Amino acid sequence: MTVPVLSVRDLKVEFATRRATLRAIDGVSFDIAKGEVLGVVGESGAGKSVTGLAVIGLIDPPGRISGGEIHLSGMRIDHLPPEELRRVRGKRIGMIFQDPLTSLNPLYRIGDQIVETIRTHTNLSESAARKRAIDLLAEVGIPAPDKRVDGYPHEFSGGMRQRVVIALAICAEPELIIADEPTTALDVSVQAQIITLIKRLGRDHGTAVMLVTHDMGVIAETCDRVAVMYSGRIAEIGPVQDVVRNPLHPYAKGLMGAIPTLAGEDKRLVQIPGSMPRLSAIPPGCPFNPRCAFAFDRCRIERPEPTRQGAQAVACHLYDHAAKESAA
Amino acid sequence: MSDAVVQQQTETAHAGAGWIRRAIDSDLFYSFRRSKLTMLAAAVTVLFFLLAIFASALAVQNPFDPAQLQLMNSRISPLWTADGQSPFLLGTDEQGRDVFSAILYGLRISLIVGVLGMLLAGAIGIALGLIAGYVGGAVDAVIMRIADVQITFPAILIALIVNGVAKSLFGNRLDAVSMLAVLVVAIGLSSWVQYARTVRGSVMVEKNKDYVAAAQLIGLPAPKIMLRHVLPNAMGPILVIATINLALAIITEATLSFLGSGMPDTMPSLGTLIRIGNNYLFAGEWWIVAFPGIALAGLILSINLLGDWLRDALNPKLR
Amino acid sequence: MLAFTLRRAIQAIGVMIAVGIIAFAMFRFAGDPVSQIVSIDTPAAEREAVRKSLGLDDPVLIQFARYFANAAQFKFGVSYQFRQPVSTLLAERLPATLELAICATIFAMVFGILMGVYAALRRDSFLAKLCQAVSLIGISLPTFLIGILLIYLFAVTLGWLPSFGRGEVVRIGWWTTGLLTVSGLKALIMPSITLGLFQMTLIMRLVRAEMLEVLRTDYIRFARARGLTTRAIHFGHALKNTLVPVITVAGLQFGSVIAFSIITESVFQWPGMGLMFVQAVQNVDIPIMAAYLLMVSLIFVTINLVVDILYTIVDPRLRATISRPA
Repeated sequence: MTVPVLSVRDLKVEFATRRATLRAIDGVSFDIAKGEVLGVVGESGAGKSVTGLAVIGLIDPPGRISGGEIHLSGMRIDHLPPEELRRVRGKRIGMIFQDPLTSLNPLYRIGDQIVETIRTHTNLSESAARKRAIDLLAEVGIPAPDKRVDGYPHEFSGGMRQRVVIALAICAEPELIIADEPTTALDVSVQAQIITLIKRLGRDHGTAVMLVTHDMGVIAETCDRVAVMYSGRIAEIGPVQDVVRNPLHPYAKGLMGAIPTLAGEDKRLVQIPGSMPRLSAIPPGCPFNPRCAFAFDRCRIERPEPTRQGAQAVACHLYDHAAKESAA
Repeated sequence: MSDAVVQQQTETAHAGAGWIRRAIDSDLFYSFRRSKLTMLAAAVTVLFFLLAIFASALAVQNPFDPAQLQLMNSRISPLWTADGQSPFLLGTDEQGRDVFSAILYGLRISLIVGVLGMLLAGAIGIALGLIAGYVGGAVDAVIMRIADVQITFPAILIALIVNGVAKSLFGNRLDAVSMLAVLVVAIGLSSWVQYARTVRGSVMVEKNKDYVAAAQLIGLPAPKIMLRHVLPNAMGPILVIATINLALAIITEATLSFLGSGMPDTMPSLGTLIRIGNNYLFAGEWWIVAFPGIALAGLILSINLLGDWLRDALNPKLR
Repeated sequence: MLAFTLRRAIQAIGVMIAVGIIAFAMFRFAGDPVSQIVSIDTPAAEREAVRKSLGLDDPVLIQFARYFANAAQFKFGVSYQFRQPVSTLLAERLPATLELAICATIFAMVFGILMGVYAALRRDSFLAKLCQAVSLIGISLPTFLIGILLIYLFAVTLGWLPSFGRGEVVRIGWWTTGLLTVSGLKALIMPSITLGLFQMTLIMRLVRAEMLEVLRTDYIRFARARGLTTRAIHFGHALKNTLVPVITVAGLQFGSVIAFSIITESVFQWPGMGLMFVQAVQNVDIPIMAAYLLMVSLIFVTINLVVDILYTIVDPRLRATISRPA
């Protein structure tokens, strides 16, 4: 087996607040292979974005990575000194944020922002970097890139700005792109184009992509594998067809039930009762137990660990039992 | 319909009172207790007010009653220096005035002018802000235009001009008490803008709310209702402005007096004392200017610290 | 862009007319100009003649028009104290005030920005806290006390710097400068610090607050995600975005620096317009007061106009919204 581009093992992230230390990420593990798109899905506050920020090393105080390991193509990056971590950011990991309207510095021409990034990570000359910037803009589908390169961010529409942000993320040909809700702030009509673009770039360059979203539709359409997060843990992870067609975790079942489909006219949309607990009030045992229709005593006491179920892995006591039996 | 309005009104009123109670119960006092510097500033401010109020009881002489001064007591240095003499704690000046007593009396004048000036500025500003916000249109435009222009001019310049005009109208024979009134007016006229802007802002916010329209619909006087809602909502910012404005008013008065356009020597404020003392600085009699200076700086610093704390405590965004 | 500039220019003229009315009202109604000119025992007939010669019998509107026309040509009448044209007196003292104000502003900008950036980037360091404390004291100490303190330290006790005046000045045309002689430069130090200290603390606080605000923005987070060096992020991206409002405030403050020079000039007996104004207030010399008010307003209004235009040059977003009326 080849070394995955990204390998996260038992990641823990904590935020110290005035009252208590909150654990935003609690033992998350996953891999992304070269050219693979991993979707990370969950409600807001489930820890999707924090996971992305932790990988790229942008957790700001009072938050910190309190445990686990992050490997990028076999190299451990979670406790690199700041200066070395900076060289990884932008060069080997590209990041796309949610809001393209605020991601670009309004006072600089977009060309200058791209050239600046390229020259930070490569030895290209000013003019070569500028040429590359124009090529990049063309690649992300900006019309007349040789003219637009001298434009200011406010002269671009939201979708176009997100394309510029993507160009900035890929300008040093990173091995991994983390896209944090890249389409949430955009018009519905533009969302599909951006998703297609990210998917195409991943395929063309063999880049691994971690796509954070709360939109199951995007996941189903784009990803190779999907991780379902709940309360800072991965509830279920597996190939996207399996998880979408045959979700195992009760939470994932509920989530999949919440995607409208054209075929399933006889099924009613299912709603999960209640809401995700706040970080300060995560119940003992399985964090989903108060909302789970199948919860039994053990769920309220013991925390479920992920177990393999075919190509999927699920953290739920319902399957733990079955796994033990089959192993025996 | 009117039931609904009344209910909503009482709900909003409760929300208003609740806001104040919440602020005092938790956040305000929490942050007050947490900041030692703020508590110190509050203590110093209270001390200064007490000193001013009980000035005549604490002073060893009435420093501005010539009958109580003796020339043989002139230019005595502070008590702890080699040439110090009891009971002149902080020394005496050229005319044998006790510096400590002079500071107490001067502090009283400074605080009277400062507080009255602040109140006048607040009254003008709140009134104009309410009018501008409520009437709107041309009246609003005129008031706010004046405010825009005036805020670019420093208070001290406006105060000096008001002062000069007053002198020219009433002649140079203004007695001390009328001078005090002129100073209060000058300070009031020079620093109302911020109150007006804040109050106008909250009127604008309230004006578009449904309850005002509903009240008008059933014939309740809208201005009255709005007043009841606007002022409680604007209270926090007004308090902050007033605190900082008090410090500014005291500085303005002291500066005017220092420049010789404020309180006369017969009824000196801290600024006047500093102007008088400044003349003896070169002769090495530093105490005549130093102690009024320290008193003035300490007073303003404490009030500013309170203002800073109040602003941060009432504005959750800044935390 | 042109329309915007024009609109601002018209507003500026409006402000000048308003100030002109106030200045005229002071000139005409605050005190009787005639009795300021003639002596107490002048016969009534002669007073009437003077009144006529000054044009005080004409309708108020005509008087105002005349005053304004004269003011536009920098004719502000004759000073009651000095018996000289006010414009001559002002012109003599203008260089002193401008040199002082410019030096004070440079001092305030340089140290204010340096301290503000430092306080924002090393928020918890001892020096940053010291900067904050100094800024609070700078805001709380009245200007004249700072001046007195400096004089006591550097003039009375140490004897390093002169306690008053401009030192030796060099005359270049009608302009006099203290920048070319050692004693002139030495004389500038304390007044510049005294005058600039308040602006410095203001700029420092503003830079610190703006910088902290900017460092929290998405584009800074994105710049970090792009792996830019800390230096490029702090001094390229963050500082440039911070400086936009700072330029505005510092520019607008230049007007108040000139107005505040009233106090500094009094403390240091600096022979500028401010000192003359204070003496005019004490002696009820209305023509000088009115002229000073007009001069300072003109400076204020011009600066506001320039800053507004500069602002649009620095910030491309504004340029766009202005050229396209939203």
